[in-house]
Amino acid sequence: MSKQPFISVKDLSVGYNSRSGETIEVLRNVSLDINRGESIGLVGESGSGKSTLALAAMGYFKRGLRALSGSAHFDEIDVLALDRDELQKIRGGRLALIPQNSGQSLTPTMRIGQQINEALRLHSKVGASQFQSRVIELLAQVRLPDPTALITRYPHELSGGQQQRVAIAMALAGEPDALLLDEPTTGLDVTTQAHILELLRELAQERNMAMLYVSHDLGAISRVCDRVVVMYAGEIVLTGTARQVLLAPRHPYAHGLLKSIPRLNQTSLPLALDGRPPMPGEAINGCAFADRCALVDEKCRTTPPDLHPIPSGENVRCFKSDMIADMPALNRKTGQRNSARSDVDSAALGLESLAISYEKKDWLSSLLTPGAKPQPATVDAINIRIQRGETLGLVGESGSGKSTILKAIAGLISPKEGVLTLHDNIILTPRVEDRPAPTLRQIQLIFQNPDDSLNPRHTVAQILAQPLRLYYSLSGSALHDASVDLLERVRLGAHYLDRLPSQLSGGEKQRVAIARAFAAEPEIVLCDEVTSALDVSVQAAVLDLLDDLKTQQGTTYIFVSHDLAVVKAISDRVAVLYQGRLCEIGPADAVYEAPFHPYTDVLLGAVLEPDPDIAPNLSADDVVELSPPAQGCCFQRRCPRKLGEICDKETPPVRELANGHIICCHVPASDL
Amino acid sequence: MTSVAHQKLQNGSRAAVIFKDLVSRPSGAIGLSLVIFHVGLALISPFVVPFDYKLQNSALMLSQPDAIHWLGSDHLGRDVFSRTLMGGREALLVTGVATPLAVIWGGFVGILFGLVGGRVDEVLMRIVDAFLSLPWILKMLVLIVTFGTGIEVLIPTLAFFYGIPVIRIARAATHDVIARDFVWAAKARGHGRVSIIWRELLPNVLDTLMVEGAMRWSWMLLAFSSLSFLGFGVSPPTPDWGLMISDARGFMSFAPWGVIGPVIALSSLIIGINLTADALAKALGIDRAQKAPM
Amino acid sequence: MLLMLIRRVLLGLVTVCIVSLIIFAGVEILPGDACTQFLGEYQADDELLAQCRKDLDLNRPAIDRFAEWAGGAMAGDLGLAVDGKTKISSIVGDRLQNSLLLALCAMGIGVPLALMLGVITGLCRDRMPDLIASTLAIFAMTIPEFVSATLLILIFSIWLGWLPGIVLTSASAPAAEFFPEILLPVIVLSLVMCAHIMRMVRSSVIEVMAGDYIQMATLKGVPYWPMVFRHALPNALLPAINVVALTIAWLLGGVVVIEVVFNYPGLGRLMIDSISDRDLPVVQSIALIVASVYVCVNLAADLLTMLANPKLRTMYTRK
Repeated sequence: MSKQPFISVKDLSVGYNSRSGETIEVLRNVSLDINRGESIGLVGESGSGKSTLALAAMGYFKRGLRALSGSAHFDEIDVLALDRDELQKIRGGRLALIPQNSGQSLTPTMRIGQQINEALRLHSKVGASQFQSRVIELLAQVRLPDPTALITRYPHELSGGQQQRVAIAMALAGEPDALLLDEPTTGLDVTTQAHILELLRELAQERNMAMLYVSHDLGAISRVCDRVVVMYAGEIVLTGTARQVLLAPRHPYAHGLLKSIPRLNQTSLPLALDGRPPMPGEAINGCAFADRCALVDEKCRTTPPDLHPIPSGENVRCFKSDMIADMPALNRKTGQRNSARSDVDSAALGLESLAISYEKKDWLSSLLTPGAKPQPATVDAINIRIQRGETLGLVGESGSGKSTILKAIAGLISPKEGVLTLHDNIILTPRVEDRPAPTLRQIQLIFQNPDDSLNPRHTVAQILAQPLRLYYSLSGSALHDASVDLLERVRLGAHYLDRLPSQLSGGEKQRVAIARAFAAEPEIVLCDEVTSALDVSVQAAVLDLLDDLKTQQGTTYIFVSHDLAVVKAISDRVAVLYQGRLCEIGPADAVYEAPFHPYTDVLLGAVLEPDPDIAPNLSADDVVELSPPAQGCCFQRRCPRKLGEICDKETPPVRELANGHIICCHVPASDL
Repeated sequence: MTSVAHQKLQNGSRAAVIFKDLVSRPSGAIGLSLVIFHVGLALISPFVVPFDYKLQNSALMLSQPDAIHWLGSDHLGRDVFSRTLMGGREALLVTGVATPLAVIWGGFVGILFGLVGGRVDEVLMRIVDAFLSLPWILKMLVLIVTFGTGIEVLIPTLAFFYGIPVIRIARAATHDVIARDFVWAAKARGHGRVSIIWRELLPNVLDTLMVEGAMRWSWMLLAFSSLSFLGFGVSPPTPDWGLMISDARGFMSFAPWGVIGPVIALSSLIIGINLTADALAKALGIDRAQKAPM
Repeated sequence: MLLMLIRRVLLGLVTVCIVSLIIFAGVEILPGDACTQFLGEYQADDELLAQCRKDLDLNRPAIDRFAEWAGGAMAGDLGLAVDGKTKISSIVGDRLQNSLLLALCAMGIGVPLALMLGVITGLCRDRMPDLIASTLAIFAMTIPEFVSATLLILIFSIWLGWLPGIVLTSASAPAAEFFPEILLPVIVLSLVMCAHIMRMVRSSVIEVMAGDYIQMATLKGVPYWPMVFRHALPNALLPAINVVALTIAWLLGGVVVIEVVFNYPGLGRLMIDSISDRDLPVVQSIALIVASVYVCVNLAADLLTMLANPKLRTMYTRK
């Protein structure tokens, strides 16, 4: 029986020296214990210090960071006191890491086999003669198809999910007693993510490993963790069992965070958590969360609260943990979504048999490979009519062609076939250069990542001036007034005008991007994964803003996202895409309820809700499909309901059910 | 509610922030002082030199440094110190005019073709490659031998040939920028090509061009002094470091002081420019060493 | 893979064609021609001039003459020098060999040294060895070659008397006779190229060492040096291939200044002499040779990068 927990971090502070010489703390007095066989979830928004804490448990600090005080023990070994040689024996062996982005964490010049082999050589007791068979065994254990062939592959030849599995196999090679997982499923498709989490759950149970699971995604945490630790601004603010933290959080931040997550069973918008966390190095006098808290009072602003146990068993860093349950909502609004005015039947935009192909004819390759058949189009046979004032959600995994369709509508890609119409009577020319100014103004595009969509050299004023000058020829004080008005509409103030994008937070940047789109007074706004790059609490605020603007202006949205819950929250109608083909389209409520297209069913089954009582239902493999898309039905290669030959050969029929709910499938609707 | 991000704003414009960063680095501070010193010297040297640079004195041929002639005298008995002080004027004038010209024309062509792309761009790049494949000195010398060595020949020649590699750099930088969403956004709004170049591309390519300009300047100085050294640059009796080193080399075995002055002057200027370029690249967040030398 | 190969070779050929056009056009545009040069002060005599032009076929259209010249060059016949007697290929041949010798020696010293220093400075970034080597590199890179050559001659040849400061061997002598005269030029050249390559390798190493897969390797328990050799260097040295190629092209392109300073009978000095003598046929030939070398070396570097980089390799071999 050991005196200490298996992994034990005590009063650890980590920081770096700024250029002006001050020490800036990233982690402040953090303590964390993990026992054998226990899995702990570490939650927090970007910049909360959660990854730093996980790496510190391995005795590793990113360049520039160092431990200021405190200790970290692994199985009673002080990892902060070990030198590199001794650390090497533990790292990757008894204590293994599964990194965030395996695509970049696997060495690009080494074959998969070599990399796992290396881990075996360093840490395994297996004899050298058995390495080969052990590698294959490990790859099979993480359920990678055809392990023997995989050995000679390079990382870039694998899909994101496969790379992540290789990283897991590599971690298992050292037969670890503890696993640290640093956002291991971030950036993967929903189905892949669900499968990987199931794999991790089983492995942890099988091997009785201690796990520290770092993530911003409470849904993922709820699947794999017994206990949850919530971090905010470099401090732990709440620890408790998964059930306690996820179902009845006793800290205002955790409470707000959970409220801001959109859920499948809700028809309303999630509640936004306003404000933003303090930056590292910013002076905090009282509670770090005070500025965003609805329960704040004088004491919170002057006295920093301690992390203390409360009767129900959790540890909380809050003076008012007993008041959380009946905490008032911070929002002005109830979170109820404004639904479309469906009384007028007039189309804003029509897509008729739209097909888009990325293939480029190259004179040399056509010369050398004559008679090569043209590949099937990336996006094909899309027929959608979008009503005025409606929000259409487009969902699908990566490669489903959802962003491609938006680019075609915006005129940035020329479709191969099909017609785009505005108001049923204006035909949109394929190239944006050929469109007349009034048409241009009516369609505006908002991008996924505001870091990329705002010119880093322009101030907010210059960014907003672009559309205002172009469409309305404003200048001087009229321009200034219009810009200020726009900023106020996106809930920013006039004092933002002189700032550069680098001086704004992620949410503020996206608001500026939204303001820029609305500067045109557009009729149709195309939203391309506009919340994917944002933290959940910020996402809720942006969704709320978009919804508000829609109410004021009667705007039509096409909202592209991979997140089914987000789409559910904001959309009136939803279209499900697979490999550039339409699977299902209909009113949001109808699409999210039976009858389903088999693919919709698979997608919904894989969604992870931040609730330990809801388990995903994995009905199809997460194999990543290669282009070109399959003939016949595009989903047939993965479909759990495949009928047989008819699915291979024939394009599925377009079956219309009630309320314009359309499912493209050979299986009769009554069976779906 | 102040934050670190918001406080940044109060430090003034971006240019001021970058300048502060530049001079706070040792290489930037040393480099910039050297450059300023040389430019200042070039401006005032005619008024402060102790002797006339072309005054020959047969009694003083190759005499050793002394209290009057600090760096001794050359094979024609001219004061080496005075000539050294004035020896950079021609070089700075020629390269100082030719560098901006090269960056402007090369940058403009590079951005334009980077944006246009397609066949036209590919043909242009082959022509650029073709020019780059010829040794610089051959290209320069053919023109200089034919048209003479006046500054009216040297400036356009240097500007033309040193603008060609800039095309490549500007084009590559443009390609990096046009893949970004803000350029797509501008296209989708319906801005014209000129507006996109001017508002979206140029501000983002400018950093690269500035560092490129500083590098081109130092290489142009190298080229200019090499030409002088080979006898194809400045015509005597105008003092020039390259020419002075070339002249003094013949007597190096018994009068080594003739080369020391111009060697130090020329080297310090070029090192100064390079240190500045290095520090500028770091201040702007561009890694200069990544770029291949040409 | 094959497609890519053909494309690269075709592009290279196109470049060489454009170069030959530029060279030919350049010489055509310049005032004066082979005859005005050949006749020198007699060129005022119109009759002689016309006769000479007729002899040398200069009256035919430029396109015809270009075709003939380019055709000959492809077959290895570079034509005659301006005196109308000497075969250019025989003059250029010796010089090319000498330039090659110089380049090979400089590369033999410079490239390994540069790679080693680049890796060391990259690994101990911002520490003493890096600061010293990086500062020295700036000096080596920026000081004009004739200045460093002059200083080295002053020190090693005049003051210390260790090495000969000037090459006296004739152009057609066998390679062995250039030793030890070749040593000083080789040192100067290696210094310059070493500095360029080192700086590039250094920043590439720094970039790779900051990468996610190096952090992963560390956290996987890979000891430092195996990590450097197995994980870091194969990736960090890939971009070095192109820089080394550019440097080689520069070395083979006639390092004019160095050859003049040391009186070395290489291609560079021939170039200068021919330009001074206005021996344009020779200048054309040298230009064509140097440009072709440049294109070939770059082509080789691109192919090598493709082979060495699994990402590029598999792109063309596997589907």
